[in-house]
Amino acid sequence: MPLRKWWDRARDIAGAPRVRGLAVTHDPWQQAAADIAAGGGRLLAMWASPADPPAVYAAFLADRGVLVLELPLPAARAADTAGAADTARAADTAGAADTAGAAGAAGAAGADYAGLQGLYPAASRMQRAIFDVWGIRASDHDQRPWLRHAAQGYEFVRVAGDGVHEIAVGPVHAGTIEPGHFRFSVVGEKVLRLEERFGYTHKGIERRFTQLPILEGHRLAARIAGDSTIAYSWAYCQALEGMSGCRVPPRAAMLRALMLELERIANHLGDVGALANDAGFAFGLSQFSRLKEELLRAVAQLFGQRYLLDALVPGGVRVDVSATPARALATRIAAVRREASGLRALYEDHAGVRDRFTGAGILAPELAGRLGVLGLVGRASGQALDARVDLPCAPYDAFVPVKCVRQQGDVAARVALRFDELEQSCRLADALLGSLPAGAHVGTVQPPLPGSFGIGLIEGWRGPVFVALEAASGGTIRHCHPHDPSWQNWPALEHAILGNIVADFPLINKSFSLAYSAVDL
Amino acid sequence: MLKTLRRICAVGIVTEPAPEPDALLRVRDSLDARIRAVLGRALCIRHVDAGSCNGCELEIQALHNPFYNLEGLGIRFVASPRHADLLLVTGPVAANMEGALRRVYEATPDPKLVVALGDCGCTGGVFGELGASRGRVSNIIPVDVAVPGCPPSPIRIMQGILTAIGVPER
Repeated sequence: MPLRKWWDRARDIAGAPRVRGLAVTHDPWQQAAADIAAGGGRLLAMWASPADPPAVYAAFLADRGVLVLELPLPAARAADTAGAADTARAADTAGAADTAGAAGAAGAAGADYAGLQGLYPAASRMQRAIFDVWGIRASDHDQRPWLRHAAQGYEFVRVAGDGVHEIAVGPVHAGTIEPGHFRFSVVGEKVLRLEERFGYTHKGIERRFTQLPILEGHRLAARIAGDSTIAYSWAYCQALEGMSGCRVPPRAAMLRALMLELERIANHLGDVGALANDAGFAFGLSQFSRLKEELLRAVAQLFGQRYLLDALVPGGVRVDVSATPARALATRIAAVRREASGLRALYEDHAGVRDRFTGAGILAPELAGRLGVLGLVGRASGQALDARVDLPCAPYDAFVPVKCVRQQGDVAARVALRFDELEQSCRLADALLGSLPAGAHVGTVQPPLPGSFGIGLIEGWRGPVFVALEAASGGTIRHCHPHDPSWQNWPALEHAILGNIVADFPLINKSFSLAYSAVDL
Repeated sequence: MLKTLRRICAVGIVTEPAPEPDALLRVRDSLDARIRAVLGRALCIRHVDAGSCNGCELEIQALHNPFYNLEGLGIRFVASPRHADLLLVTGPVAANMEGALRRVYEATPDPKLVVALGDCGCTGGVFGELGASRGRVSNIIPVDVAVPGCPPSPIRIMQGILTAIGVPER
């Protein structure tokens, strides 16, 4: 089997379980990507490191595990690509209209590597972002800037025809939500086409990582997406702990999993409430926002914070927990589970809600597979992937979650899936709370050797959060690439909206509930 | 419908009393007492995410849950800056949002207030003031009240809003 050939030639990478890596040249890069796609593998992440010499990386999710391909670029190309990025950025800051000229100069040098868009549609935006930040260019057709908004004249695809008009929404939206731009082409109320444009919250996170000590990088990782702070900080710490050979104490691993499940529960409670509100059933928002608040207060009692942005540290968790608030949290989780189940029945009974949810925003399983959709949105469209089950790290090898999957792919399926996962996460959190072993809540971590490389992979509530980490000398970070599953899932929304009315977009978008700032980086 | 009504009655009203304002959050005092007296009875807020990680947004959304019930104080969020009295701005200002933030500020009619929310809004937070992050909100638009926290709790956010409109401390 072709994938096995690549897997056997690769070497183990520190951090998450069953991750291997292989340095390749131009032809094997393309061949391996094709073999993995033929074998049903998916693109997990794609990034570039400007290190000396620069390289492009692609990580793939296959049955056996995660395979990372490293494509070093010729040293001579390094000078060109750094120059291209600097030229492009200088043109942007000067507000020059001739950015096309600058890009043209770089383009004249040709592509730096073979693009993967043909095999993995999700690669397109990742490749455009790589060029925007590092000046390293893929061979694929779509060369529009993704993050460099100062570059003039972004062209949306136009739809021609009688009565077709465009609606531009964002970046500032009507509600309390992150910024992004959605360009609709509509006839009457029906959506013919949706094109997304993001990058509004781009803060230069990858560059910021290189300014932090490697033992402090988890604090930045925790703030890539506030609603997924545990998933990100855990993935970062997992990579770092693997690289430095640190063993995380069992009590710390259990507490991390407890926090991850609490994060999942809190987000699902918020979403099912908001989705009812979007369907005109404000009662749902009232009740679920109340439940979420009660949960957050119990979390704050146990961990000292409502949202656990500083709860994880390299080696374990920052603060240990004590018995009385732990029991109070267990009681609260049981209450949440009971009430959510009762409210679910009310949702399913309510004809108006059923009418709005059923058949809206359908993402067919076949399309979800072709687009490489991951996580929650994937599971509601038949893509049975959950890193906690497929590639478990401690303690998920002992506390095995039940994988929840649905096939209909509509808003109703994504809501039902959230209810299913809520139930499972409450069960898991209860089991974890009831089995906390004695012992240390944190282990010691030394800065890893310069040049060492690690990968973290944690199933956050949206899907698998991936972190690639490379150490430099003096306890610093050579490169860190944090990757959100929303990269893969955002393009699927452009398909799910087709044939629906514009007024249903907030509902459908909320049923996907994807990250903006985590993909803008 | 009956089951829904029964649930509403069973849960009851859980709204808690509003917190006191906190003068320490005030950065500057730009409105006179008469205007503040009006805004203190009916305030319209436009939220702008200028580059946040979405953590502050979660706590802003919590303001509408039954415990905090912001609308019960006469304070509501509006969809257009042209309808707003107060801008609630989160995040360090990302370079790609600088233009949008300025346009929102200019579209908001006078008299207006600005509350910068969260460590990032106050100082740039962990993202600093380099490269694609322009840093604290006051680097771009004038700020009346700055509420630190990562994220600040809903109580703290309410205090920031109440301080901005100068609700007298009891």
